Formats: sequence, C-alpha cells, structure tokens
Amino acid sequence: MQFIQPDINIDFIGKRKMGFSVSVTLILISLLSLLWHGGPRYGIDFAGGTLIQIKFNVPITVDTIKETLEPIGVTGASIQQYGDVSNNEYLVRADISYKKLEGLSEKVQAVLIQTLSDDTPSKEIESPPLESSEASEKTATTQTTSKEVVTQEETTLPAEVRRIEMVGPQVGKDLREKALMAMFFALLFITIYISGRFEFKWLISAVMAVALMGGVYFFQLLNISMPFLIVLALIMAMALFWFLRLKYAMGAISALIHDVMITVGIFSIFDKEFTLPIIAALLTIIGYSLNDTIIVFDRIRENSRKLHRDTFDFVINKSINETLSRTLLTSLTTMLVVLALFLFGGGIIHDFAFAMIIGVLIGTYSSIFVASPILLLWK
Amino acid sequence: MKNISPRTIIILLVLFGSLLYVLPSFHIDVWPHKKINLGLDLQGGMHLVLEVEAEKAVESTIERMGNDLRRELKTNHVKFANLRRVAFQIHLEILGQESIDKFNRLLDEEFPEYRIAKRSQSSDKLTIVLDLPDSDVLEIKQKAAEQALETIRNRIDEFGVSEPDIRRQGERRILVQLPGVKDPQRAKDLIGKTALLEFKLVNDHHSVEDAIKGKPPIGTEILYQQVFNRKTNRMSKTPYLVEKRTTLTGEYLTNARVNIDSQYNEPYVSIEFDKKGARLFERITESNVQRRLAIVLDNKVHSAPVIQERISGGEARITGSFTHEEAHDLAIVLRAGALPAPVHILEERTVGPSLGKDSIRKGVTSMIIGGILVIIFMIVYYQVAGIIADLALALNILLIAAGLAGFQATLTLPGIAGIILTIGMAVDANVLIFERIREELRVGKSPLAAVDAGYNKATLTILDANVTTLIAAVVLFQFGTGPVKGFAVTLSLGVLASLFTALIVSRQIFDSLLFNRQLRSLKI
Repeated sequence: MQFIQPDINIDFIGKRKMGFSVSVTLILISLLSLLWHGGPRYGIDFAGGTLIQIKFNVPITVDTIKETLEPIGVTGASIQQYGDVSNNEYLVRADISYKKLEGLSEKVQAVLIQTLSDDTPSKEIESPPLESSEASEKTATTQTTSKEVVTQEETTLPAEVRRIEMVGPQVGKDLREKALMAMFFALLFITIYISGRFEFKWLISAVMAVALMGGVYFFQLLNISMPFLIVLALIMAMALFWFLRLKYAMGAISALIHDVMITVGIFSIFDKEFTLPIIAALLTIIGYSLNDTIIVFDRIRENSRKLHRDTFDFVINKSINETLSRTLLTSLTTMLVVLALFLFGGGIIHDFAFAMIIGVLIGTYSSIFVASPILLLWK
Repeated sequence: MKNISPRTIIILLVLFGSLLYVLPSFHIDVWPHKKINLGLDLQGGMHLVLEVEAEKAVESTIERMGNDLRRELKTNHVKFANLRRVAFQIHLEILGQESIDKFNRLLDEEFPEYRIAKRSQSSDKLTIVLDLPDSDVLEIKQKAAEQALETIRNRIDEFGVSEPDIRRQGERRILVQLPGVKDPQRAKDLIGKTALLEFKLVNDHHSVEDAIKGKPPIGTEILYQQVFNRKTNRMSKTPYLVEKRTTLTGEYLTNARVNIDSQYNEPYVSIEFDKKGARLFERITESNVQRRLAIVLDNKVHSAPVIQERISGGEARITGSFTHEEAHDLAIVLRAGALPAPVHILEERTVGPSLGKDSIRKGVTSMIIGGILVIIFMIVYYQVAGIIADLALALNILLIAAGLAGFQATLTLPGIAGIILTIGMAVDANVLIFERIREELRVGKSPLAAVDAGYNKATLTILDANVTTLIAAVVLFQFGTGPVKGFAVTLSLGVLASLFTALIVSRQIFDSLLFNRQLRSLKI
C-alpha cells in the first residue's frame, strides 16, 4: 500500500513565498490574539489560586454552587462544567489572595462534605483550620460563619471533592520562569546539537550557547523580567546564527519558534489555559517537529553530496519530496494516538492532547515549508 | 536456527529481564519485587510545598536574647530603660555612668556573641542597639529549616502514612508528599501546627472587658479560648488576659500521652517534663497558688486551671473539648516537638482516590485504542513488515514498563500520555527504515541487500532525530515537578526503547526471516 507515489515531485520550493505568507499570517493572528487577551491565560500553576474539582451526585446548577460557596469567602469564583453534562462535575477556580486562601480549601471541602452527610456533623469541620498565630482571631470568625452555612444547607447537594489544587503566587511565578527557562534551554541545546551534527561547528555553537546562557543568568540577577530576557536572547541567537552562517540551526530554530508561537496563539484564540502539562506538550512539540525537520535536513545533506552539480533549490525540493511519504506517515500514526488521547483520555489530558494535535499539524507543515526554505536565505 | 548470533542473545536477555521487572506490577511476585510507582495524581494523595518562616526563628532568638539581657541587668543592678526588640535588634538605654561601666563589663563577659549595631552616649545616658552577626542569623535560618524538616518527618512517621516523601526544596521550602492519605485535612493540621506550648499566668488584677475595650495593661495580652460545642454546632470564644511573659514552654517536654478522664469520659493529653522543666513547674506552682495558669498552644488558650497547690513530679495535663483524634494528634505534635518557626503552605495538590482510578481507566482506554489503531494501520500499510514493526512496538511498551519499575520512576497521568505518544512516535523509526527499504527495492536490489542498505542509511537519521527528542525530554525532567517529570521519564524511556527495538530487534527479525527462508520477495 502506498499513499504517496515514489516519483512524486511537488514544487515546494517554488511555493515557498506562499508558505512564508501563510506562516507570517498565522503568527500575526497569534500575536494579535495574545494582545487581545492581554497575554496568555495562565492556569493556577502559573497564576496562583485555587482549583477545586467537585463531583455532585445530583444535577446542580452553577448558581447553586456559587451561592453555597459565597458565604465562606469564595467570591468571584469561576465555575465551569467539567467533562460530560451527565457527570455533574464542576471546576471551581478562585483567585482569592493567598493569605485568605490558607485554610479555605478545606472549608470548601467541609461545607460540601458536610452537606453530603445529612445525619451527623462531619469531623472535617471540627478541626480548626490551619492558621498563623496572628490571624487566629480573624479566621475564628470566618470559621463560625462557615458552620452556620453548613447547618442551613444540610439537606441538599451530596458532593465529592475530587481534587484540590492551591498554588501560591510566589510558586506560580517561579514555575512560570522555570517553564520559560526550560523552553529556552531546550532550544539552545538543540541548536548546539544541530550545528554540531550538520555543520561540524560544535565549538562555535557551544561557545555561543554558553555566552547566551551566561548573559541570561547575569541579567536575571539584575532582576530583569524573564519573558523579556528570553525574547531578547532568542533574537540575539537568531542574529548570531545569521552572522556565523549556522543555516541548519537557523532553519530548525525558526521552525520551532514558529510552531510554538502558533500553538500558543491557537490556545489563546480558544481561550484555553496554560498549565504545566501544556508546557510539557510544547516541549514535546519542539522535539517532535524537530524530528521531522532533521529527517528532511538529513536527506538534504545526503543529496547535496550526491547531486553537487544541481542547484541547492533542486536538492532541497528533491529531499522534501523523497521524505514526504515518511513525514506524512509518521504524522498520521502520531495523530491517531493523540486523537485517541483527546477523545478518551479524560479532562486533565484533554488540553494536553489538544496542544499536541495542533503541534503535530503545525510541526509537519513547518518542516516542509519553513525549516528547509530558510536554508536558501544564504544563497 | 543453526547459529544464534550475539544480537539474538542480547535481545532475549533484554526480553527476559524486562519481563522480570514488569511482572511484580501485575501481582506476580518474582525476584526484583519492584512495582511501578503510581504518582499522586493516579493513586490519590497530597502534595504540599511548605515555606518555613525562618525570620520568625530569628525574631524569637532575639526576643530570648533580650530576656536574658534583662535578667542579667536586673541581677547586677544595672539601671536601664526602654529595653525592647525592634525587628532583629534589641534597643535599650543605660542610665548613669556607674551603670554604663557595669553594663560594658557585663556585655564583654556574659554576651560576647552580641554585635553592637549602634552606640551613642550623651552625658550619663548610653543608647545602644544590639543584634547578631549576619553569619549567626544565617545559621539560625538554616537550622530552622533543617529542624522543621526533621520535626515534620517525625510527626508524619508517627501519624503513619506509607511511603511518605519529605525533603528540602531550595533554601526554605519543604516538599511533603503523602500518597493515599485518607484525611488530608488532618494530615495538614498535623504538619502545619507550630505546636508551641506555653504556660502563662492569668492576670486577675484587671478585668478582661476593660482590656478588650481599651489597651491591655503593659506586659499583658489577650488570648482566646475556643470551644466548639458539638451539640449546637457553635463555636464559643472566651477571652483571657494573660501575662506576656512565658513561664514555661514545651521544650522541656519528654513525653505526651492520650488519657481518658474517668469522670467526664473525655480524652486529655498528659505531658511529662524533664528534670529542669519539672523544677521550673514546681517553682511556678509554688509561688502562684490560687492564681490561674493558662496553657497556651500556638497562642490559643486550651485551659486555665487554678493552681491549688505546689505540683512536683513534672506532670501536667492539657484538657479541652478534644475528640479522640484531636487528642491523639496533639500528643504526636507535642512529642515530635515544636516547629522552630511557623510554616505556611505555598502549594497544595490533593487528588482523591476516585479521580485517580478514573484517570488510570481513561488513560489505559486511550492507550489501547490508540495502540490498536496504529497496529492495524502498520499491518495494512506494510503487511509483513508491519507485523515486525508491531512486534517491536509491543516490546517497546514492555521495555518502558520495565524501565519504570527498574528505575523506580513514578508513573503519572502525563506519564501515561507520554507512553501513548511513544506508541505513535516509536513506529516512526520503523517507518523511516521501511521507506528506505522500499526505495532500495525500487532501485532493483534483492530483499536482503535492500534491507541492509535501508538500515545502514536510516540508522544515523534515526539517531539524530531521537537525540533531539531526548534533549527536550531531559530539559523537561530538569525543570518539571511531579506529574510533568513523570512525562519526561516515560518519553525518555520511550525514545531509548524505540531506538533499541527499531535498530536491533526489528533488524534481527528481518535478518532471520531473510536468511532462513531465502525469501525472493519482501512484502513491505
């Protein structure tokens, strides 16, 4: 069986202007969406806050949940249906300030578990909430109110708190910076590898990477904001690739930044949250897209030795066509499993799989239309 | 098979070894006894990141310094005024030249470790600010974090959680992971309680009401007793006017036990002091008969009994309307000792066991569906070669599972996603090789030669492509916490396993097929 005929010859390079304009448009849309939404929408991992996943045994409305939780201080919470409607499962997300938050999650649990057991008062409520010594008086009063609520609502709402996540703002900020650093380092190490393997410029690329890392580390000590720093470092890296004529690294990195930006943009368009698993997905996309790119590059390297009389345009186009079958097949099998994850993997994995679907599509596209044509910039 | 190549032996050894490592996870107990660890998100449990408020430890050290100084000055009849702690410093004034001389001598002899931060003298008044050298402050902070870790570990050990993971994270953070903990709230109370036990005398000369309305008299403070009435579901609060000075603390404790009061059938915690504590307790009770002594835990009054007589022997009891569990936990924290500084929770993730089971079920479902789709696709597209790739895929998953058990890595929900992703990506190596072989066959080579050339040309490409994925995975491992780390682990294992299965195992199968049957054609 064969999807792609062996003698296929599509003029990808001739259409590279079209490819570039599609990419630029997509990136612009991504940037606009990010601007429109005021930056990426961070989940609690990165923004801090509390997330409570509650499963009810009876149908319930968002308003009822809101009313139950409001008296114990969960005001302004966003409540979302989670999974199928028939599951009666909800996500409650509150951005209450961190100090007030301490001891709050268990109060929520207490209120709900309390309402679950109609007959006897539950034990969760009796134990005093965790509190710092100075705040003892204040929390004591809130606790009293929480009990009044419980007694009033005791008859309805059998519920199970299935997950509670609380992230302090400091931790959120740390994780945000770590995530950015991770993306940056992944890109940097990958460029060293590519420059080394494809152009035998191990030393020069290593020196460059060390200099960039040192620079980032130094400016970080000066308390310069991390996102700004990383963007600056990436621009620096691109400029260096250009002057040092590290074209394979330049092609690969451009494709990767392209993929990550568009994935982030589409996430922003769908107004989805960035969480730790999404960062994992982005890094996997980097690895995956690079996989494709390297296989095309590898063929280009092999063909340019064999066909040194032909033009570089021709060699690149021939290489893309020769590897086209493999590129599409691998994307297909990966897509199969990612779709299975998306459809059957459950709520927590859902967004991760969504990111991967976008990434696989964009990554496949970019290794054909972005990474290889960039090699021609030095002509 | 006439001759068994070394490659076959290696493959069989790896297969056998990985089976050994995988079987225990399926309740078949064989030698390595290593099961795959499930992450907190899959088996349920609690993940906490605590921060030790190390500044508080420094503050209380400085406070103690001030008290020592005050005592020494008094016994040596040095005239002083305004001795107080301001942040990490002690401010005081010495009055009169004679006192200043005495003070200087005292400072040199008794308190050589104090640093003079500021000193100014006008006629016969010396204003001085004392503190501790920076290195000492740093050491106090360090010790506070270490001691907090140790204390929390002791408490959890006594509480009884199987396989808890408690470790320092950075300078002042403590990571606590309690898999399968049934009552997260109780565990959190146990961990987070400072458990500073203090005995303070109640001030009966002034009325509490006046003190609440106005300002409490100098040297006193208002503390509350909270009693929860289980019949009415109501919390009652009683204020006490107590002296700020602590007469005795929990540091002299040697033991704490739960007992049941025979009269009211209510649990209480009986505590025992060491020799020094017992002597102190005896002296306090002796000189304060008929006064009330408040037992204060973390700034909350538990009870304030009237001292009827001198109590010797160093035993006291803490009553309050405890449930049995509360009394039990209080005894644990008192035995394990107070935290040197309060801790607060920076991050908490609690997953109920039902959600974990759900996640496993869904993860496995999508793995099976995705896997079957890929397997069918490979057979349809590559026929015989597809079967070889599917065999390699099966071995691949086995190897990942064995790797997880062998390295005692933790399988998390993103980790399962990583395995599923590997299923999709692992066939990639085979696809690369097969496409190459097809190309070689088209040129007109014999099956054997085509396979040989296909592998030779594809090997380097496959290595290059996988090393980069590995780089991403390793970076992810470095940066990630908990679940994400699990993803990095399965992804790395998957990449390594697919290198092995594609380059060695499927090659071997091809070779033995072609050599032994002398195939004229290859269905690929």
